[in-house]
Amino acid sequence: MAETRAPAERPLSPHLQIYRPLLTMMMSIVHRITGFGLYFGTVLLAWWLNAAANPNGYTRFQAFAGSWIGRLILFGYTWALIHHMLGGIRHLIWDSGHGLGPNEREWLAAANLIGSITITIILWIVGLLAVGGPQ
Amino acid sequence: MSELKHIRTPLARVRGFGSAKSGTGAFWHQRVTAIANIPLTIAAVFIVISLLGRNQPAAAQTLGSPTVAIIMVLFIVSITAHMRIGMQVIIEDYVHDELAKLTLIVANSFFAVAVGLISVYGVLKLSFGL
Repeated sequence: MAETRAPAERPLSPHLQIYRPLLTMMMSIVHRITGFGLYFGTVLLAWWLNAAANPNGYTRFQAFAGSWIGRLILFGYTWALIHHMLGGIRHLIWDSGHGLGPNEREWLAAANLIGSITITIILWIVGLLAVGGPQ
Repeated sequence: MSELKHIRTPLARVRGFGSAKSGTGAFWHQRVTAIANIPLTIAAVFIVISLLGRNQPAAAQTLGSPTVAIIMVLFIVSITAHMRIGMQVIIEDYVHDELAKLTLIVANSFFAVAVGLISVYGVLKLSFGL
């Protein structure tokens, strides 16, 4: 049996610092970061749903949600949710084998970002009108 | 050649450390829950908007009504199943110490199931008027 030839000494696959930042690359990272954030955001969902059963608890939740820090968190939560959802749709399109061309994937990444910002702003305008401005 | 310090080939050394034979299942469930999450999230966002600025009795009544309660329960189950798989992928990508990795994977399952069931409990309590 012939002796095994060791592979040539080649560098390992280059990592993030080697590549020029690309929109599709950034969107991939943002998809993971938003998913990570939404994971912990479910604590707010659990709090809200359990607070709804008693008046004092709901007042406490509303005081948090109406505070500036609460609104900042909820604004980020809204954007993360919409961005992750649109990113997920993008991934499902890719899973079907479509949208992988150089122009299509750039267009999808841009649409993902513009769409998530636009929808978040629209939802917050509707939401703030429903609440009636800052409390 | 200097890397080969013993007779076992690189392939033989990694055999048995790889797949836990559940990767395809996780991949598939991540996509099934992703598809379910789309209409459920849209519905949940509309439910939240409809309750903005409303007081506790109004919120309790809406969330406890059958259609809204069922949508919320489906939403909770689907998103917590989805996020459990997603967080496991993140852990497996970045945590390479075996004990830390296993600890986090178990903690991830505990968190996802706990937050999911606590949320479902909140909805069912309103729905059954307990």
